[in-house]
Amino acid sequence: MKPAPFTYHSPSSVSEAVQLLTELENARVLAGGQSLVPMLNFRLASPDHLVDLGKIADLRGIREQGDEVVFGAMTRQRDIEFSSLITAKLPLMAEAVLQLGHRQTRNRGTIGGSLCHLDPSAELPTICMAMDAQLEVISPSGSRTIAMAEFAQGMMTTALAETEILTAIRIRPWTGRYGHAFIEFARRHGDFAIASAAILLDVDGNGGITRAVVALGGVGPVPLRVSAAEACLIGAKAGSEAFAAAAAECGKIDALEDPTYPAWYRQHLAKTLSGRALKLAHERAVAQAH
Amino acid sequence: MDTKRIRLTVNGKDYEREVESRVNLVDFIRHDLGLTGSHVGCEHGVCGACTVLVDGISMRGCLMFAAQADGARIETVEGLAVDGKLNTLQESFWDLHGLQCGYCTPGVLMSLTEMLREDLSPSEQKVREVLSGHLCRCTGYQNIVAAALEAAKRLRESGAKA
Repeated sequence: MKPAPFTYHSPSSVSEAVQLLTELENARVLAGGQSLVPMLNFRLASPDHLVDLGKIADLRGIREQGDEVVFGAMTRQRDIEFSSLITAKLPLMAEAVLQLGHRQTRNRGTIGGSLCHLDPSAELPTICMAMDAQLEVISPSGSRTIAMAEFAQGMMTTALAETEILTAIRIRPWTGRYGHAFIEFARRHGDFAIASAAILLDVDGNGGITRAVVALGGVGPVPLRVSAAEACLIGAKAGSEAFAAAAAECGKIDALEDPTYPAWYRQHLAKTLSGRALKLAHERAVAQAH
Repeated sequence: MDTKRIRLTVNGKDYEREVESRVNLVDFIRHDLGLTGSHVGCEHGVCGACTVLVDGISMRGCLMFAAQADGARIETVEGLAVDGKLNTLQESFWDLHGLQCGYCTPGVLMSLTEMLREDLSPSEQKVREVLSGHLCRCTGYQNIVAAALEAAKRLRESGAKA
């Protein structure tokens, strides 16, 4: 037995969960537990109360609503992995989720848990940043929507208030013929990536880039959009020259540094991975057009 | 001390117990139920030794609490052999030397059981992806992969279920 003692709560509705968070001191929300439970086991976290969202059926599931795909926050990563809707509508996410941990952790880990934990190199926050996800949160005073760019405030720090719960994630898929690519580098398959690159590229009939997204995971304290790289691409002709310029911008980011990986190494990976992902996304965009 | 009363099924047998909330599932299975086949390795979800099936799906026994398994159907390595006879997957491991010290084996067998129930013709790549969630420090994985593929072949030929 590793964690410090806590009281376990298993509310059956979102309103009950929000009520508990308001009433209880030093409470933490438990989603899939694939990050929080290790922290409890190491006693890096020692809440007095755990509010488990696992029994709230409303929070689980993927559905189409208008032109958006909506994920309940407790949708398990395996539900994304095995969803034909995600394969068809959000291929970038489908590609990333297979590199997210292992089968055994995806079976329990959730999209909402990953976003709230906000590890800088986690795959789903990087995808949500790339796709401008909108996050629905609820508190006793009502609900609000937060754009992913505002949600990710700093290293493992979100815009959630203590009494707020993330309930849903809304993503508007790109339509038409575009290319996508998610490439990450980790020492072993399934490990947290050292760095990753997520690319979306829309190319017109003349080879001109009309829309471009360049997002990086693991390079900065939160997943990043590289606007300087996107500016190199939009309006340019798709090809090695534009891709090299965009990749070079990715290599200039003020990168994280830790005892294992110096900043220059992350910058090198950012440049290399974004370059490879741009090439792959372009190939896929061209293949779509034929 | 915060406790919860839980009812669950483990390897087809019903149990009802009072558990302390902070006890994880694999410790509960080992200490409260006495089923010590599931092993405890890293206790933070990296090694895979504690992997069990929860409602047919592989999960880390160290990364969920017993209290969360209320109402669940759990399967552990003790549930694989029938009447003291190893099942096809276990026999394949025996025949192809798919283990040395055996510490990781109970978790590996449960993940492969999940895989073989879905797919009796897995590629080597798929086997290796499933095994990526398990650390084995003895075998170098070669014989584990070979045993998993052999088990799939034997199950295909016999028409038996994993």
